Amino acid sequence: MARISRRAALKTFAAAGAAAACVPEAADARVERKPSPEDHGLLVDAVRCVGCRACVTSCREANGKAPDVQVVNGAAYDAPIDLNAQTLTVIKRWEEGKDAGYVKAQCMHCVHPACVSVCMLGALHKGAGGVVEYDVAKCVGCRYCQVACPFNVPKFEWAKALPRIVKCELCRHRYAEGKGPACAEVCPRDAVTSGKRGELLAEARRRIEARPEAYQARIYGETDGGGTNVLYLSPVPFGALGLPALGEEPAPALSETIQHGIYQGFVAPIALFGALSIVTWRNRRSAEHAPAAGEEESR
Amino acid sequence: MTSRARPVGGKLLSPSVQIMIALLGFATIAAAARFVKGLGATTSMNDGFPWGIWIAFDVVVGTALASGGYAMALLVYVFNKGRYHPLVRPALVTSFLGYSMAGIAVAFDLGRFWNLWRVPLFFWEWNGASVLLEVALCMFAYTLVLAIEISPAVLERWDADGAGRRADFARRWLPRLERALPFIVALGLVLPTMHQSSLGSLLLVAETKLHPLWHTGLLPLLFLLTAFGMGYAILFFEAIFSSHAFDRPLETRLFARLGAFVAGVLVAFLAVRFSGLFAAGRLGLTVRSGGYSFFFWAETLLLAAAAFLFLQQGVRASAAAQLQAALLALAGGTLYRIDAFLTAYRPGQGWVYFPSYFEILITLGIVATETVAYVYLVRKFPVLAGVTETRTKPVPAAVGQGVAS
Amino acid sequence: MALTTPAVEPVLGRRDFVKVCSAAAAAVGLPAWAGEKMAEKVAQGKKPSVVWLHFQECTGCTESLLRTSHPDVGALVLDLVSLDYHETLHAAAGHQIEASLDAAVERGGYVLVVEGAIPLAEGGIYCQIGGKNAVDILKRVAEKAAAVVAIGSCASWGGVPSADPNPTGATGAPTVLAGKTVVTLPGCPANPYNLLGTVLQFATFGTLPALDGKGRPTFAYARVIHEDCPRRPHFDAGRFASLYGDEGHRNGWCLYKLGCKGPQTHANCSLLSFCEVPGAWPIGVGHPCVGCTEQGVAFTVPLHTTVPIDKPTAPMAYPGITAERGHVSAVATGVAGVVVGAAAGAGYAASRRLARSEAQEKQED
Repeated sequence: MARISRRAALKTFAAAGAAAACVPEAADARVERKPSPEDHGLLVDAVRCVGCRACVTSCREANGKAPDVQVVNGAAYDAPIDLNAQTLTVIKRWEEGKDAGYVKAQCMHCVHPACVSVCMLGALHKGAGGVVEYDVAKCVGCRYCQVACPFNVPKFEWAKALPRIVKCELCRHRYAEGKGPACAEVCPRDAVTSGKRGELLAEARRRIEARPEAYQARIYGETDGGGTNVLYLSPVPFGALGLPALGEEPAPALSETIQHGIYQGFVAPIALFGALSIVTWRNRRSAEHAPAAGEEESR
Repeated sequence: MTSRARPVGGKLLSPSVQIMIALLGFATIAAAARFVKGLGATTSMNDGFPWGIWIAFDVVVGTALASGGYAMALLVYVFNKGRYHPLVRPALVTSFLGYSMAGIAVAFDLGRFWNLWRVPLFFWEWNGASVLLEVALCMFAYTLVLAIEISPAVLERWDADGAGRRADFARRWLPRLERALPFIVALGLVLPTMHQSSLGSLLLVAETKLHPLWHTGLLPLLFLLTAFGMGYAILFFEAIFSSHAFDRPLETRLFARLGAFVAGVLVAFLAVRFSGLFAAGRLGLTVRSGGYSFFFWAETLLLAAAAFLFLQQGVRASAAAQLQAALLALAGGTLYRIDAFLTAYRPGQGWVYFPSYFEILITLGIVATETVAYVYLVRKFPVLAGVTETRTKPVPAAVGQGVAS
Repeated sequence: MALTTPAVEPVLGRRDFVKVCSAAAAAVGLPAWAGEKMAEKVAQGKKPSVVWLHFQECTGCTESLLRTSHPDVGALVLDLVSLDYHETLHAAAGHQIEASLDAAVERGGYVLVVEGAIPLAEGGIYCQIGGKNAVDILKRVAEKAAAVVAIGSCASWGGVPSADPNPTGATGAPTVLAGKTVVTLPGCPANPYNLLGTVLQFATFGTLPALDGKGRPTFAYARVIHEDCPRRPHFDAGRFASLYGDEGHRNGWCLYKLGCKGPQTHANCSLLSFCEVPGAWPIGVGHPCVGCTEQGVAFTVPLHTTVPIDKPTAPMAYPGITAERGHVSAVATGVAGVVVGAAAGAGYAASRRLARSEAQEKQED
């Protein structure tokens, strides 16, 4: 009896497995997001940046964030060492051999963001103009976005008992007043420029062509990580600015392919459930009819 | 023949249980501090390591340790090994406790825990791409399924009480549960298959952060296999505890065959892992990664040693060797899962993490709660049953104490 | 002086006069054409009527106003405004001057400038003019005023007279005139240009400058001394004077350690010199800012006590691309070690016991 049922079990499993195996080919449900030249974005030019930090200050004012007070040279200053719960953008100093300079960091507003891909209820989502927006009402504070983001951008209010996630949203609350990102507005050297992605790419190419000796001949974010709406120009290899090497696939491509492959239309789990139900039911029936079956096996 | 389960009885407040309750008290104070002062003040978690041991140990390892019910149900109901049937109920009870405690750990860990109720209810907001959503929903559903699966233990006790409304209720529902059992069991197998593999899928997205010795597209399969391996390994404890409680003999032979099966699972894990590394051309990294190489080989050797000891059981059955093998398998599986979530997780930018004593205290409190609840349940409700009525060798009392304490 | 000149003939020629107005306008951040417009209005005879009340004070604010050179006191009093009541400057006295006040109040529409605190203790009997309590005078005159300006810290929030234990209950004008917009120009003394700018803007445009929550014009009081301090680079570099006359003090280093209240004091002293004398302010002459404009700092915090930095801005030090962060607690490491060790030990001990008892059983068999 037991042998028969085991054979039945294996057969049913094979059927379920075949069904599951067919699924990824049947429909690759992973949503492809393509870069749009109309998306809002920033062009950050590490060649032009002089590290004045006007962007950091204006960002604080525009977003109502308190200064991150650190003791430097024995006195207190607003001197964040990185993005944090009250700092949406920061100026860092890079060093590469004898070269050194400054670079701005903030949310990259990926075309296909990892944080959006992993967010359970869509608290982080792609909004109008490709801005990666945060809706605090849908957030449960699981911090998976922090694990997922290859740029370490989303920050969590660790110090608060009732916290939220904090990140740059391209000053979208100012669009209604006809204003763009505060950081780009105050930059004295156009090291941060806001605009549409297509225009920013053209401007970036123009700058590279005008001074090829000063720039790396590549725009970070044009294709990196599936494309980002914040683009970078640099005098040194981008790794020195702390930008990770990502390849051309979006960061969540692998996980979405595997996840959608397994769970497409929920066919595989339902098939597995059906198969297991049948096997269990048969086994029980046979066990009732032949209570000695187990005994026989364990001889 | 197998015997019916019955309450063990006996004193509830043994010294070890008292220690556990004291630990639970301290952990409650720590938990209050976490909710009043927030996560930053009480834990070592930070923007680089947003997940600490509450996720890596309490949830990821905790539910693997609670996979006994899953592993046992597969063996008994699908592969039709009826002789293991007495182990199903205690396994389900530990699974239920393990998953409930993982749920509590999640509530501690979530920053905006008051929004958690939205996750199962607001289905129109569900993000199908989110692995964590799938894990959350499956774990939630599985905990309910486990509650249904162990409910006969409570209903049987009510039934045994004799007359009254509870007894009537029990008599009405026990047969219905019996009829629905195949479907409940099937659900109880599908759900853990989904979320135990997805615990591995959680890390797929962190490709730049997870060390290449751990990051692979095979993560879901590797996590599923460790869930099996650890689920079966934990059964050896259940068996030893149960035989001690009933002063019944240990079915060393019976377990020797189960051991061979576990060895197969562990070997499969190692084979999948190494072939994945070979295919990706990363075998060289196993010796060139400094500290990471050490942890990689620690996992590999622990699991390989466990597989070797389990396989030996086919030649010469020994309860002590089985216990050692189970311990090695648990240590290896635990190390693998913690490494994947913490040790081999490298967010860069200078971040480091080691759990604060608050986090350790709350984790210990959760383990203590689980143990106290288990002791209470097996003493008061029909959970444990002797494996067999035929008397072979009596289990030494000392062993049971060693394991139970 | 010009007091004998008939009022119809200005002391200054028209061109000089426009220059004075433009200088006053520029001093308070108004455009040059505003100065011309002021001059025009004044030439048309629309001089603002000003009533000036003195209460508990030292007349320091009046004295500093009289020492401006652009415009000088003659131009100010005779050409720019129609000063209808001022106890220090009026030639008249006694009933004559009180009658002039009554006449002004009857006409109304004047700018009321208050100098000095108003005592409220025991019905306000501690300051009386012509037999009337200060608080009653203020309330009566303010009622018909088109605008009220409190000059100096005393009138703004109480100043020196309100320092502990404040036996007279000295209080600032905004509190006495609760519900009325009172422009406050705290300072001890207040910079006269801040008054001139405010009064001329009101006379020319009929508007008051933008005010902060304490009634202070933001053109003068939006920033703290620390933000615009000429010694700020020394602060950023960590170069501090520690003693009067030490090397740092002689080299003009930052005075923060000597108790400078600049980081908490809202004022424009470093940007707008008093009476056109460069460096004529405490920090300019080597003394820490005493915080004279700031309620809760001036006459409250001891002179050489350092204060917290309210508006910190970044020094010339930058974070690198990566930084050391997060911490590992030694206690937690120890606890974790004990827990893991105990678990491993218990497992090992249990399996040893099992092995031993198995061996015993074998022997017994």
